[in-house]
Amino acid sequence: MAYSDKVIDHYNNPRNVGQLDKSSQDVGTGLVGAPECGDVMRLQIKVNPETQVIEEAKFKTFGCGSAIASSSLATEWVKGKTVSEALEIKNTDIVKELALPPVKIHCSVLAEDAIRAAIGDWKKKNGVTETEKSAQTVA
Amino acid sequence: MSSAVETNLSVPAGVKLPIYLDNHATTPLDPRVLDAMMPYFTSKFGNAASRNHSFGWEAEAAVEEARAQIAKVIGATAKEIIFTSGATESNNLAIKGIGEMYRERGNHIITQVTEHKAVLDTCKRMEKAGFRVTYLPVKADGLIDLEDLKRAIDDKTILVSIMFANNEIGVIQPVAEIGKICREKGVIFHTDAVQAVGKVPVDVNAMNIDVLSLSGHKIYGPKGVGALYVRRRNPRVQISEQINGGGHERGMRSGTLNVPGIVGLGKACEIALAEMDSEAKRLSALRDKLKAKLESKLDYIHVNGTMDHRLPGNLNMSFVYVEGESLLMGINDIAVSSGSACTSATLEPSYVLKALGLGDDVAHSSIRFGLGRFNTEAEVDYVADKVIDVVQKLRELSPLYEMVKEGIDLTKIEWQAH
Repeated sequence: MAYSDKVIDHYNNPRNVGQLDKSSQDVGTGLVGAPECGDVMRLQIKVNPETQVIEEAKFKTFGCGSAIASSSLATEWVKGKTVSEALEIKNTDIVKELALPPVKIHCSVLAEDAIRAAIGDWKKKNGVTETEKSAQTVA
Repeated sequence: MSSAVETNLSVPAGVKLPIYLDNHATTPLDPRVLDAMMPYFTSKFGNAASRNHSFGWEAEAAVEEARAQIAKVIGATAKEIIFTSGATESNNLAIKGIGEMYRERGNHIITQVTEHKAVLDTCKRMEKAGFRVTYLPVKADGLIDLEDLKRAIDDKTILVSIMFANNEIGVIQPVAEIGKICREKGVIFHTDAVQAVGKVPVDVNAMNIDVLSLSGHKIYGPKGVGALYVRRRNPRVQISEQINGGGHERGMRSGTLNVPGIVGLGKACEIALAEMDSEAKRLSALRDKLKAKLESKLDYIHVNGTMDHRLPGNLNMSFVYVEGESLLMGINDIAVSSGSACTSATLEPSYVLKALGLGDDVAHSSIRFGLGRFNTEAEVDYVADKVIDVVQKLRELSPLYEMVKEGIDLTKIEWQAH
């Protein structure tokens, strides 16, 4: 499998590896994938309750080089974004950035799922509903 | 916390990167084999079937010498060796040729689930042609259960095709026992011995093997040449030809002989036989050292298939909680294979490992190390250090490893399969 330089860079120097305290109120955790499918991603975000800006993101991934790169890139991209901005990230953006071949598109889908799962977890913890999201600046 | 996977291990003196450790896929040509072949590409170019001049006689003599060299490594006679283009053709010729020849006697073929695709796909084709095929399971150690075999043989069984040694996990089937059972029941026994010939003792008479496939490029010989051993007496096995033409190879395989390739295959067999004992000892010592080094530094690793009946140069290990392809990426100066789905065209993990009862997650984490004639101890030391380093780094990245270390039972988690 020939990887792009960006995949190799993320694989060799993964960004934001680690974990956040998942019991903390301002942390959302997304765990997606399955060991038998060959990839599991855990993506965590720490959200500023005032601004809803994602101040920290951490990941750990079991998977191929593309899966590691996709999740590493996802943590880079969500950092500094508001929760609603982060939800705009699409798997196709990841495919483009990392130049993933067709057989590796599922890795980008999984990364998008991980972002959504982490945000979903944070929302659940903080009682944020969809309507509140649109009025988030009031919060 | 940054955990760069990139390693800066120093390369020991005398080790040249990349290191080739995939000798079950193919082997480099031994220079001695090349030397033997060279004249048959240039001055000695005759057609072995030309009966009227010295060019033909010279080529024929070389072919007959090779036939004898090949026969010797499996305990056969020269007349029982049929040349082919490789083991895939040999397996096709054996199964289709026997099926066709003995169709009136019966239509049942027995094989097993961890065979090479050259056997499995041929058997699928036979099913379409009206044959009944039994695919025996293997036990967790990779070996078939002889009782299963005995039970599977019925009065319509004409052929048993069980490989000698497996190409992924290196386990050696109880070939002599299988041969004995087949002989007692009057069933032809074919074995795909591609991985075994020249590596471990093979004796077609002592083991009651009737038909045997072998290949040049697995034993430091050239690609594109192989052979099929077909027993001529006690019992005489007949094979219906699959390629029609000039009636070469006792009518079983037409086509002008690949003289340089055949000379190379003969020489490769001669060298393999002469060096078999010492080389088997050397390779198993290197393999055991690799295994011991990995086991001394890494937890949650295990060998796939039995260690008790195994090719000397084979080690197939799962590094649990690390995905195989990402491991290969980290050790990209070492050529090995993985059972991971991500390394296959089908996105399915290895069917051989799954047949052992391994979960997909463990199959995804497997690496096949295939040591060969040109590997050195210094290379094995480097490989062990490198694998340890990369596995440790990838485990720092692995949520599964972290969860297991925290005492979480991964089987209790509801994973979303995708």
